[in-house]
Amino acid sequence: MRDVIRQAVEVFPNIVCVDDGSTDNSVAEAIAGGAVVVRHPINLGQGAALQTGLEYAMRDPSAEFFVTFDSDGQHGLEDAFAMVERLAHEPLDIIIGSRFLDGRTKPGKIKKIVLKLAVVFENVSTGVRLTDAHNGLRAMNRAAASAIQIEQNRMAHASEIVAKIGQNKLRYAEHPVHIIYTDYSRAKGQSVWNLVNILNDLIFK
Amino acid sequence: MDNQIIIKIALIAALAIFAVFLMLPGSGARHLALRRLSMIGLFAVAVVAVVFPQLINEIANAVGVGRGTDLLLYGLIVVFIGNSLAASRRNRHMERELTQLARAVALADAPGHTGRGSERR
Repeated sequence: MRDVIRQAVEVFPNIVCVDDGSTDNSVAEAIAGGAVVVRHPINLGQGAALQTGLEYAMRDPSAEFFVTFDSDGQHGLEDAFAMVERLAHEPLDIIIGSRFLDGRTKPGKIKKIVLKLAVVFENVSTGVRLTDAHNGLRAMNRAAASAIQIEQNRMAHASEIVAKIGQNKLRYAEHPVHIIYTDYSRAKGQSVWNLVNILNDLIFK
Repeated sequence: MDNQIIIKIALIAALAIFAVFLMLPGSGARHLALRRLSMIGLFAVAVVAVVFPQLINEIANAVGVGRGTDLLLYGLIVVFIGNSLAASRRNRHMERELTQLARAVALADAPGHTGRGSERR
């Protein structure tokens, strides 16, 4: 994780890591890598951590663009950089990474089916047309970051973000990204069981 | 046993009301009032059942349930489900407030901005 952040700092000087009640040495790793760490006093979940990170970043008035990415090294820096470049030059509020726009990413068979089902669900329920439902790599401007207030503390935040893009009529686009499935990210990644939990969180608000 | 339809309709209606209740956003005051009213109603029913045990049997027969104890069991199940739904709803509400509190604490404890240009998570 330290290496992930150390490389990222080269491209993006301001990196916020949210410590969501971790018990391992990842806080020390993040600080050693050169990130600012914001610490949740209790464990709240990934969606809550994203929202905290965005709120912290938005406090810097000079910050124009905001990138969310997972700290386990599954996202490529060059993809993130290209997304910010597009935000700066195209009339867009938010760019979402998609692993299905080119052939670089090789997800497992079950994972692929689950993700495709989630895409269909989101397209129907939000009216926003995307090809990948749960991609953690996103780049947005201040208008989008302010409009998207994540209330889903756990994994359902990805669907919530898509829904808010539709509700706030944000100008969105997708960008092909490469997900590197390392053993670490696979172990930390979502199990298919989470589909049940996500649907539950979305239906019972 | 052809009047069993009455108890079926009553039970399904009760569950349907719970489902609607779950989907409605609902104001705090109305929910609290409804909770208290149903609590009072529950007490009243319990008192009546204790004072006139025969009455429960008669009601049970009238709606197509064999014995009064069966009717009480059905009632208990409905109340239990309703209570579980109300509790989980309250739980979600509290979780949302806890999140806001925890986030405020996290941001208050966070280091200040260095202002090195663009900002990331």
